[in-house]
Amino acid sequence: MLAVTAAKQRGSFALNVAFELPTPGVAALFGRSGCGKSTLVNVIAGLLEPDSGRIALDGAVLLDSARRIDVPPERRRVGYVFQDARLFPHMRVAANLRYALKRAAGARYVGLDAVVGLLGLSPLMDRRTHQLSGGERQRVAIGRALLSQPRLLLLDEPLAALDSARRDEVLPYLETLRDELAIPMVYVTHHFDEVLRLATHLVLMEAGKIIAQGGLGDMSLDPHLRSIVGRDEVGAIIEGVVLGSDPATALTRVRVGRGELHVQTAGLPPGTALRVQLLARDIIVSTQPAQHLSVRNSLMGVVTAIEGDEGDADLVTIDIGGAKILARITRAATRDLALTPGMPTWALVKSVSLRGHAFHAPT
Amino acid sequence: MMWLTPSEGEALRLSLIVATRSVAFSLPVAVLVAWLLTRQRFVGRTALDAVVHLPLVLPPVVVGYLLLIVFGTRGLIGGWLERTFGIELVFTRNGAALATAVMSFPLMVRAMRISLEGVDRGLEDAARTLGAGGVDRFATITLPLMLPGILAGAITAFSAALGEFGAVITFVSNIPGETRTLPLALYSALQTPGGDHEAARLACLSLALGLAGLLLAEWFARRVRRMLGR
Repeated sequence: MLAVTAAKQRGSFALNVAFELPTPGVAALFGRSGCGKSTLVNVIAGLLEPDSGRIALDGAVLLDSARRIDVPPERRRVGYVFQDARLFPHMRVAANLRYALKRAAGARYVGLDAVVGLLGLSPLMDRRTHQLSGGERQRVAIGRALLSQPRLLLLDEPLAALDSARRDEVLPYLETLRDELAIPMVYVTHHFDEVLRLATHLVLMEAGKIIAQGGLGDMSLDPHLRSIVGRDEVGAIIEGVVLGSDPATALTRVRVGRGELHVQTAGLPPGTALRVQLLARDIIVSTQPAQHLSVRNSLMGVVTAIEGDEGDADLVTIDIGGAKILARITRAATRDLALTPGMPTWALVKSVSLRGHAFHAPT
Repeated sequence: MMWLTPSEGEALRLSLIVATRSVAFSLPVAVLVAWLLTRQRFVGRTALDAVVHLPLVLPPVVVGYLLLIVFGTRGLIGGWLERTFGIELVFTRNGAALATAVMSFPLMVRAMRISLEGVDRGLEDAARTLGAGGVDRFATITLPLMLPGILAGAITAFSAALGEFGAVITFVSNIPGETRTLPLALYSALQTPGGDHEAARLACLSLALGLAGLLLAEWFARRVRRMLGR
């Protein structure tokens, strides 16, 4: 577990946070620019000293201002991937990697060959750092941070300087790290699609404070998140399991809650955990089982809450058995259907977006 | 050196020896002072900055005179050096090296400070998170990245040391074979009736040396820039 409390005053900006994150897992620090995400990460790394605070990682105390403990960054064993990579320009890629390995403390859990393999670095080893593309630079930076054998990896908007094609090039590598090495990560971003792909835990920040935090599924229903991601991106994130493929339609059957979704995806073996996002705007609510409709995906559930949304819309929360989803419908529809909490409903799903695969911490 | 007369050759050789010793002696000190002035905040920083730059604004004769007072046989440090280590500075080539080192010190420190200010501290932070402590970080990141400034400073100081006149002649006098460097030899030639021809030759020699120094500095700078990928 990573437990952090920290307060820091910087001019008119005040950071004041307290949170605990499960390890391993990927905690996304999410919020608008200037909300204090980078400041917080620098405090965890030890590059910035808070006015007061305590940081403990899996039992090891890194900072405790009350007891005057402040482990310097070079002895915290906390890896840091900076937005601008910060590769050493006077060393080639291989030397950058070895720099970290040579100074690594504690047990080595990943070696040079493994990192080179995981991140696809072998064609880059003899390059000078200025001959690398943005995506390559970040992959090297990630590899270098890993080779210092950190107990925790901080990533401060590592993909922010990349265009979307380069981002898509690096993201799968980060998923691999999460799944293969199970290293705890704190991932700063203001791109929600990165959160969806990588995070297991979400911490929402605003003006130096944490306004909400929790597992990604619960947080996808949180009103605070809605205001940050915007109306069209609101939607439940649920974890599904591949049941098999339907030979007649070539669609993959995925179990979510008590129901089943048919999605277009190739070659996933049964039992694979999937992360699925159902956008609130893509869901139609019916009080009867669907018939004579083109929509193929229908999930039965019970209405648990109805809240007013922006404009003339309502957000309806539906429990589909072990998972909750959100549907946006017009207020007039709520009235006509006479929707009330406790009512059985059918959610018709117009489209399903698969958001990478789900991560399960080894237990 | 077939085309030089023995005395010219000696002056050239002496100049090179004095300049080399001068740079070797002042380089590490200059790196330290540049680092202190750029990166550290301490009491007396402004005073140190002023002292370092003093030789730029003082007449060289004054510097030579001050050196005589401090490093002379009866001077505070000079007397101690002679008693303890048997090191004599007055009227010796080592003394000439000291005088040129003091004179060219501000140039050296200035070049190093400029390049140290250009070193991205973010890279040092990155090294920290990778486990590099203070000395390690300085040796493996800061120092290599300020190498262009160190080289530029060393070459500039070397060239300046070849030509230093006032402080040298005041502190260690003009002794053939010991302290008579190129500019001192040129001065002596001008003082000698009929020495015009030799003076002209020595001036040409100085000119060639200066030019070679500048070209060498440029060549080094390019190589280092390529090495750092800029």
